[in-house]
Order: sequence, then structure tokens, then C-alpha cells
Amino acid sequence: MPAPDVQTTADIRAAMADGVTAVEICSTYLDRIAAENDAIHAFTHVAGEQALEDAAAVDASGQGGDATYPLAGVPIAIKDNISTRGMPTTASSRILAGFVPPYDATVIERLRAAGAVIIGKTNCDEFAMGSTTEHSVSGPTRNPWDLARVPGGSSGGSAAAVAARLSPIALGSDTGGSIRQPAAFCGIVGLKPTYGRVSRYGLLAFASSLDQIGPFALTVADAAVLLAAIAGPDPADATSSAENVPPFTASLGEPVAHPTIGVPWKLLEDDVDADVSTAFTTAIDVLRSQGATIVDVPLPHAVYAVPTYYVVAPAEASSNLARYDGVRFGFRAPAGADRADLDTMYNRTRDTGFGDEVKRRIMLGTYALSAGYYDAYYVKAQQVRTLIRRDYDTAFERVDAVAMPTTPTVAFCLGEHSADPLRMYAGDVFTASANLTGLPALSVPGGRDPSGLPVGLQLVGRAFDEATLLRLAANYERDAPCWRKSPPTAALAPSIPAPPP
Amino acid sequence: MATRLTPADVERIAALAHLELTASETERFTRQLGDILTYFDQLQHIDTTGVPATTNPVTSAPVMREDTLTPSLPRDEALANAPDPGGHGLFRVPRVIG
Repeated sequence: MPAPDVQTTADIRAAMADGVTAVEICSTYLDRIAAENDAIHAFTHVAGEQALEDAAAVDASGQGGDATYPLAGVPIAIKDNISTRGMPTTASSRILAGFVPPYDATVIERLRAAGAVIIGKTNCDEFAMGSTTEHSVSGPTRNPWDLARVPGGSSGGSAAAVAARLSPIALGSDTGGSIRQPAAFCGIVGLKPTYGRVSRYGLLAFASSLDQIGPFALTVADAAVLLAAIAGPDPADATSSAENVPPFTASLGEPVAHPTIGVPWKLLEDDVDADVSTAFTTAIDVLRSQGATIVDVPLPHAVYAVPTYYVVAPAEASSNLARYDGVRFGFRAPAGADRADLDTMYNRTRDTGFGDEVKRRIMLGTYALSAGYYDAYYVKAQQVRTLIRRDYDTAFERVDAVAMPTTPTVAFCLGEHSADPLRMYAGDVFTASANLTGLPALSVPGGRDPSGLPVGLQLVGRAFDEATLLRLAANYERDAPCWRKSPPTAALAPSIPAPPP
Repeated sequence: MATRLTPADVERIAALAHLELTASETERFTRQLGDILTYFDQLQHIDTTGVPATTNPVTSAPVMREDTLTPSLPRDEALANAPDPGGHGLFRVPRVIG
């Protein structure tokens, strides 16, 4: 039984079956956001009136309690780099100030079709580039477990919103760990699906061969419910896969029989903080006690995931972000008195519109793709990417999943890495591989450090086998139920309103 | 391979990327980008002879569809976010030819 302050989509579904309205549920969460968001800054836009209208429409349609609408009346927070019709979408960048998309991303259409209520947009690192949610034009999000610490990033607002019980579920995007790392730092579940499992149509592109949209939730079961709602092919995204979407929720109750789980022990020798290492070893013991066989998998090239990623992702970003030019949408720098030509407008718009981290990556990518450096950097990194994928293919010949800590440290303090981007990049060492290889990976709460800060257990699976990851994680969660404890900032978490007498 | 960057290199890259950097940005980025490129040097030590490059992590057959006409974004909606819509159903930009 979950603790009283854990509200899942199943709790909401049950309450609606008892006569509680979607409007009442939506109001409860909006009140909670009004009370807590100033301190945490998870949301950059609260949908308020629009969310209440959508909730009223759910009530009027009678979707509550109807299994065809698995998310009927469930509030959901959306990372601000996912297009929402009629609702601001800025990717936390000045260059998209005031942008209101004329269309919904495919995932948003699917959420609405499932009955979900978009409750607001969440803060992120600008264009999803960062690991702290400090690189946002509207200021940093704070970790609900310790307001002096970062929630992780780039989907830090979505992770903090769910951890602080400001929304029962949320969507983020993951290019090098941007769902899993904040899930780990905030003590919740986060899943990066297989590349192609979820449509990217309407996701503001950062690195098109690495980006995936995925769920945040308090429980593995809710991550499965949300993945099921958004997965599947989409004619609007040619990279979305026609691969069959299995019923993720139906198989959750059946543990994987005698699973074999690989651990790259050598990779973990140097890079992991002692407290994270202790929590990880305990988590592995739990898996072993549940019948898993733990084997060593070498993954010799995984140690190069970070430099490989920081060549590939900026290269793709430098191309994708060329579209922000001050002409069709967003911010345009005012004409200067000295020069007022088109090129000057482009250059000044981009220099004032983008923040430092985005400019660093655009320039890195431009350099890596420029004449004379293309083979040495970009082609080389794409070749190492193949070697990393082969390491995983070899491992999956004998294991069902690869386990690692999600991150080498617990959440760090605000400002800790601001002067040294390389130190921030190094934190992606265990997450970036899954993006480079396209493989699915999830982070589930995997213990705590002595001060109570969450540690994440990451499981990486075979391509299009999210179902096994979810089953392993759901089974682990049953015996390591640290998610039941809520952060101090959620002490006054709302209960779902009582049903009418 | 020399990876140490000069301020002139950074200005050249910025120009390619359509960024007009301030003097202090050029100084800061020269140092930071130089450090990052030095960090990338470790990739040069990996033997990749004969290894194909991965451009798409999950290989699948190209998707084909019928070339049929479907509704597109109405012009007024496409123009609604423009910083300077110009008023004639067009995007207006500063003078291109002097």
C-alpha cells in the first residue's frame, strides 16, 4: 500500500469512479502549485483556467472510470520544450520569448485523447542543454529534498514537480540523461524509451539522433501507464518505429523469471562517490535476493560515452538551432544605430537570445563539423558510437538488463559547476550511452545517502524491450520501497478530495 | 592535432554560427572550448579502423507513404509568432541589399 501522500493515476481513477470530479482533482493540484511553486520554481507556466476548462470537459464527457481513457482527469506537467497548442513553449530560452505554438506535439495529442489534463509547463535547461536546470532564462529550479541543491536536468522542473507532489506525472525529454538524472536526484521514476518508441514531432529538436520524450512518475506502474499512452508510430515522425507496442501495464505484476543482470564493475571503479557506491551495492543485493543472477559485463568503450556524446550532440544541435534567426518566431534583437542589415540582425538576435551553455554547444558543434575537423571529431565520435553499441550487443547476448548507478553523485549544490562545464558533463558518464546506442533505460529510486538524498538505480535494456525494464523495476520497487517517503517540501501534500457521500 | 584555440579561431567559429560575441565572451569561450577540445583528444587513441559510423541508433527500413495532399498550417497561424509580420501575409526582415 502506498503511503497516503503518494497519489498515483490508479488512486485518481479510483476516486473518479467514486464520484470525485476531474475539476476537484485539478483544483487540488493547482492549489498545491500555488502554495509551493515560488520556493521550487518547477513550473514556468501554470495552465490554471485552461486546465480547469479541460478538466470540466473530461467531467462532461463521462471519461472518468472508462478504461478507454486511462488518464481521465489525471493532471500532467509538460517540459517546456514540448509544443502545446495555445500554451507558451520556450524551452526556457530568451530566443523563444512569447512563442505560443499553433499545434500540439503528437505526445500531447495522445495525452489529451487519453483524458489527461495539461496542468502547466515546467522549467528546464535552455533547449535541454544542461544537467542542473540552472541554465534557464527564468532562473533555477530547486530540489524538493534540499532547496540549496539542483534537481538535476535538463528536465529538472518536471522531476521536481512530481517529487514535490505538484503533479502526479510529467513528461520530460532525454538526450544524454535528461530524464534519468533528474529522476535520480529527485527520488522518482524516469524512463528514456528506445529511440523511435515515442514520436518526437513537436519536441523542440536538440540532437535528433539522441532525443526521446519519456515519462516521470512516483511509481514504476505509473511510468508504464504514461509510456503506454504516448508510445507508437506516428506518420509525422519518420524516425518513429513501427515496432509493436506491448501492453506495458498488463505484464507488470509478473516478475521476470530468473533474470540475469550485468554490472560493468570496472566502469564503476573510479567514477562513483562512496555513498552512491554503497547504495548501488545494496540495490544489487536486493536484486540478487529476488533471484537475479548478477554477472560482470565489460563494456570497454562505455568510458568514452561522455566525450563521444559531447561531439555528437553539439554537432546536431548546431544544425537544429540554426532555425532560431529572429524571423519567423520568438525574439528579435532591436536594430542597432550602427548597422541594421539582415546579417547583423541574425547575429545579434542569436547572441542575446541564447545563453552561454547553448552558445558553447553551438560553437563546439560548428567546429566539429567544419572543414578540416569533420573526420577527426564528428566521424571519429560516430565510429566510437558503433563500438559502444557493439559492447552492449555483446552484453545482451547473456543478460536481460545492465545495471548501473544513474549518476556518480547525489544532487549537487546550486552554482557548484557553473564555472567549469567539463565537470558538469562528466556527470553524464552512466546515462549518455543509452542515447548513443538508442537503448531504453530507466532510473528507479535506489536508496539514499546518509543525509537522506536520493540515489538512482539505472537499468538499461534491449532495444524496444521497455517491458522487461519495467517488470524488473516494479519488482525491485516492491522490496526497496524508498519512493514511499516524500521530500520535506511535500509534507503538506494534498489528499485527493473525499468522494461525495 | 593541435586543439588549442585562439581568440581568432573562436571569432571565426562564431561567425560561421551567426553569433556576434562580445569581447568578454570571446575570451571566456576561447578558454572553455579549448579545454573541452583537449578533453576530446582521448577519442583519438581509440582504434576505429574499419568501424562504420553510426548515424541513426536504431536501424529500420525507410518509411514510405502515399504522396497525398493534407491540410497545412493556415497562413495567419504561421505568421502569428513572427516578431515582424509586416502586414502583407509575409515575414519582414531588415534590408538585405544595401
